[in-house]
Amino acid sequence: MYDFEFKKPGSIKAAVAMLESEDAQALGGGQTLIPTMKQRLASPAVLVSLAGIAKMQGVNVANGVMTIGGATTHADVAANAQAIPALVALAGHIGDPAVRNRGTIGGSLANNDPSADYPAAALALNATIVTDRRKIAADDFFDGMFGTALENGEIITAVRFPLPKAANYQKFLQPASRFALTGVFVADTKDGMRVAVTGASEEGVYRWTEAESALNDTPEASALDGLSVSPDGMIEDLHGTAAYRANLVGVLTKRAVTAL
Amino acid sequence: MPKDHGIGAAPKRREDVRFLTGKGKYTDDINLYNQTYAYFVRSDVAHGKINNIDTKAAQDMPGVVRIFTGADFEGVGGVPCGWAVTDKHGEPMQEPAHPVLAQGKVRHVGDPIAVVVAESLAEARDAAEVLEIDIEELPAVIDMKAALEDGATKVHDDLTSNLCFDWGFVEENKAAVEEAFQNAHHVTSLELRNNRLVANPMEARVAIGEYDAASEDYTLYTTSQNPHVIRLLMGAFVLGIPEHKLRVVAPDVGGGFGTKIFHYAEEAFCTFAAKAVGRPVKWSASRSEAFISDAHGRDHVTKIELALDENGKFLAVRTDTLANMGAYLSTFAPSVPTWLHGTLMAGNYTTPLVYVNVRAVFTNTVPVDAYRGAGRPEATFQLERVIDKAAREIGMSPIDLRRINFIQPDQFPYATPVALEYDTGNYGATMDKLIEIADIAGFGDRMVESRKNGKLRGLGVNCYIEACGIAPSNLVGQLGARAGLYESATVRVNATGSISVYTGSHSHGQGHETTFPQVIAEMLGIDESMVDIVHGDTSKIPMGMGTYGSRSIAVGGSAMVRATEKVIAKAKKIAAHLLEAGEGDIELANGEFTVAGTDKSVAWGDVTLAAYVPHNYPLEDMEPGLEETAFYDPANFTYPSGAYACEVEVDPETGKVEICSFAAADDFGNIINPMIVDGQVHGGIGQGIGQALLEHAIYDENGQLLTGSYMDYAMPRASDMPSFSVDHSCQTPCTHNPLGVKGCGEAGAIGSPPAVVNAVVDALADLGVTHIDMPLSPNNVWSAIQAAK
Repeated sequence: MYDFEFKKPGSIKAAVAMLESEDAQALGGGQTLIPTMKQRLASPAVLVSLAGIAKMQGVNVANGVMTIGGATTHADVAANAQAIPALVALAGHIGDPAVRNRGTIGGSLANNDPSADYPAAALALNATIVTDRRKIAADDFFDGMFGTALENGEIITAVRFPLPKAANYQKFLQPASRFALTGVFVADTKDGMRVAVTGASEEGVYRWTEAESALNDTPEASALDGLSVSPDGMIEDLHGTAAYRANLVGVLTKRAVTAL
Repeated sequence: MPKDHGIGAAPKRREDVRFLTGKGKYTDDINLYNQTYAYFVRSDVAHGKINNIDTKAAQDMPGVVRIFTGADFEGVGGVPCGWAVTDKHGEPMQEPAHPVLAQGKVRHVGDPIAVVVAESLAEARDAAEVLEIDIEELPAVIDMKAALEDGATKVHDDLTSNLCFDWGFVEENKAAVEEAFQNAHHVTSLELRNNRLVANPMEARVAIGEYDAASEDYTLYTTSQNPHVIRLLMGAFVLGIPEHKLRVVAPDVGGGFGTKIFHYAEEAFCTFAAKAVGRPVKWSASRSEAFISDAHGRDHVTKIELALDENGKFLAVRTDTLANMGAYLSTFAPSVPTWLHGTLMAGNYTTPLVYVNVRAVFTNTVPVDAYRGAGRPEATFQLERVIDKAAREIGMSPIDLRRINFIQPDQFPYATPVALEYDTGNYGATMDKLIEIADIAGFGDRMVESRKNGKLRGLGVNCYIEACGIAPSNLVGQLGARAGLYESATVRVNATGSISVYTGSHSHGQGHETTFPQVIAEMLGIDESMVDIVHGDTSKIPMGMGTYGSRSIAVGGSAMVRATEKVIAKAKKIAAHLLEAGEGDIELANGEFTVAGTDKSVAWGDVTLAAYVPHNYPLEDMEPGLEETAFYDPANFTYPSGAYACEVEVDPETGKVEICSFAAADDFGNIINPMIVDGQVHGGIGQGIGQALLEHAIYDENGQLLTGSYMDYAMPRASDMPSFSVDHSCQTPCTHNPLGVKGCGEAGAIGSPPAVVNAVVDALADLGVTHIDMPLSPNNVWSAIQAAK
């Protein structure tokens, strides 16, 4: 790790101002950034911790929407997001206790790791990503592996999840990292069935729209029987071939629908 | 009623108080006054020519004390290999030089090129980044078969090829084996891979070198399983330091699993550099560094064939193995695929003819050496897999096929066709016990239940035998060992009767501090709390060979028994004097010396006090003091054996394997502490399951280690494990050591991988799957199911 300046502002406004300086980097829970810095693969001059901003903490439900502060840890979500049980289960199975007590929802979404869990939840639940300057629909937020609509210095201050009628997340563990080798989040929302897939595509998290259409016609796992998932464009690595991941997308989607 | 004291009791591990409360003192906890920090600059290519190293800019960086390169080690010895194998033509193996720091070429990712020694680790790393190293990358050889092809790039230019040796065993049997195969009723053949593993002890390696210019004494603190072996290898072969000027200390060590047996370049570097810079030099491996510098394990590719007669009796076994040595010969690397592997190919069976061919191959990968079991897991895996396959092919139950081929209890001592003489065993008894504890009879019902849930259930059973308690020095000398394999102990009785035992065995998690005192307590009839164990410091203990090959209690414990017997003999003489009785009439029981048939007695403590305060003492006949040393060199290996069963459920949609139950019936001979034995078996099975389902060190074709961190190298975790059912009530005591013990450290890791794979193949047999290479990851299992369709 190289030397850096550490700042811990108390307000969103102050954080945004600090992030305007050159080579400044926002720090959520640091579960990706800190290891990267330790390996000397990242060297921000200034780290702006978001952990001291009270407004970015906590889980609230009002008017059919759950709002989770951008700096809320996975452990807090697992403890307080009972209004969406699938989100409790998801947050409670990210990494290990140490990761869950540091890692944050905003950090995870901003990083958009292709194997992360939260992007699938945000996409399937039709969440709105709230930043210091605007609101972004989840459908417009994710932009390929590690890519998002965020501008330089833009902070995720909160994530709003409309409460679904039902939702379920099926995560198939990569045996080593225990990230999602593939994960499928299925949500029955007021806008219909939404199916989001993480860990599978080379394009990052995506919606499996054919499955959504079939489920909107018949909201049962059997509706998926005729669908096949192409291995084209699927991630292929040590832990799974493209064909294997394509298979998992189908299997996990059915299991999620069955569990709704 | 279980004993509460001595041999067979199960006191809690006394060392755990410090380990579990963070009070252990590991090498990295040692910080010496004025120490410097070493950072190793390692090759990031698998094969390359070093054109130039420019240290000037780095030398000027803040905090830099000195930068070392290969040039500093010209004239210094290389890292030695401790075992020489003779090939099937009687020629010595090809033995390449292994410099401390690369000389002209790098041969694997992680090969050390230079070291920055600085005031802090951060400053050393900063300076390392500006070190200018010009390396011309060369083609790398990674695949063993490709490495043996004509015209393959050579890992070592000065060797004739990448073939380290071509070993045939037993060469004289080869023709008879061929004939047996030609005349066999049935031949089963199987090609398989024993996956490359990284040991990953919780504590990564650390070395601290210290030099006292006034006394010219060197001290090396290191994470080692055998400090005397390091002193011998490094002192005699690398740095030329005589033993009396070199102290090696291995304090608390956080797991070894074989990978801390070996002498590593970093140890020699720190010792050498401490004198060169005039200050202590400390190196602590990062986990990433451990992946590319700790010796790896396994990595065999094997074809095994089994010839059977019409009744299923084994006629012959023939194997052809490629064994990866990596880029250099690690300390005991040549012994692993040969004498620790070929000699086990008779297994628990009466197979009359065995021929094992092993070609050891150099590749541009990290050196491969012993890892928990070392050769014996590789032997057991292939043999027990091919037997399982044969049973399926000839339509016999895998249990019955094994039973009809077992060496029977009345056949011991049993000379195998592969050089060993098993002293004792009862393989039918452990199989019977296994059938009971694994509830084999209930498997059918459980399979039906699993089917209802869409899961395929499989049962895998196997046996194992291992040669442990390594070993008779004269025998291993004939087999190529360049060291003896005895063990030492000094039993120092203090004036008030407490005892310090100085053992050449080394505990790095095994529990010696608990079990060794149990033995002394049993022998003397005193409380265990009166006995402490001292180990891991060459300045304190007699020359010892350390701990590996499940040898601590069988060899080190035997040395301690012999020394204690000497203590008892002398103490009886003192007691006889004090009691004014004949020495032959003195009995020792419950900590008291009694004149047989009388009520005259003297307590242990009074005798020990008399030894050190010899006011009333036969000084004319005997020296004062009560301290004895013994060296024990066993007459044979010990032969633990057992039968293991694993039940799995396979999810056919995802290929995910869940281990539902795992049972182990072991015969370890006599047992000192059954709780510790349980723990050793649990740990071994855990590592075996890790190998079977999860772990795999994978290189790409350019020699980059793709599984260089826990993000991609799958370590087993608690949630991957079932609750184990282990039993060690079948006991055929070892016939040739004083405790009748066999050793239990490696059994679990040896016996469990075939049980897991046999179970998964059993579950998928109806789908046409006959074999899957380890690890049986979800992807690999699912792919095998698809391929069989």
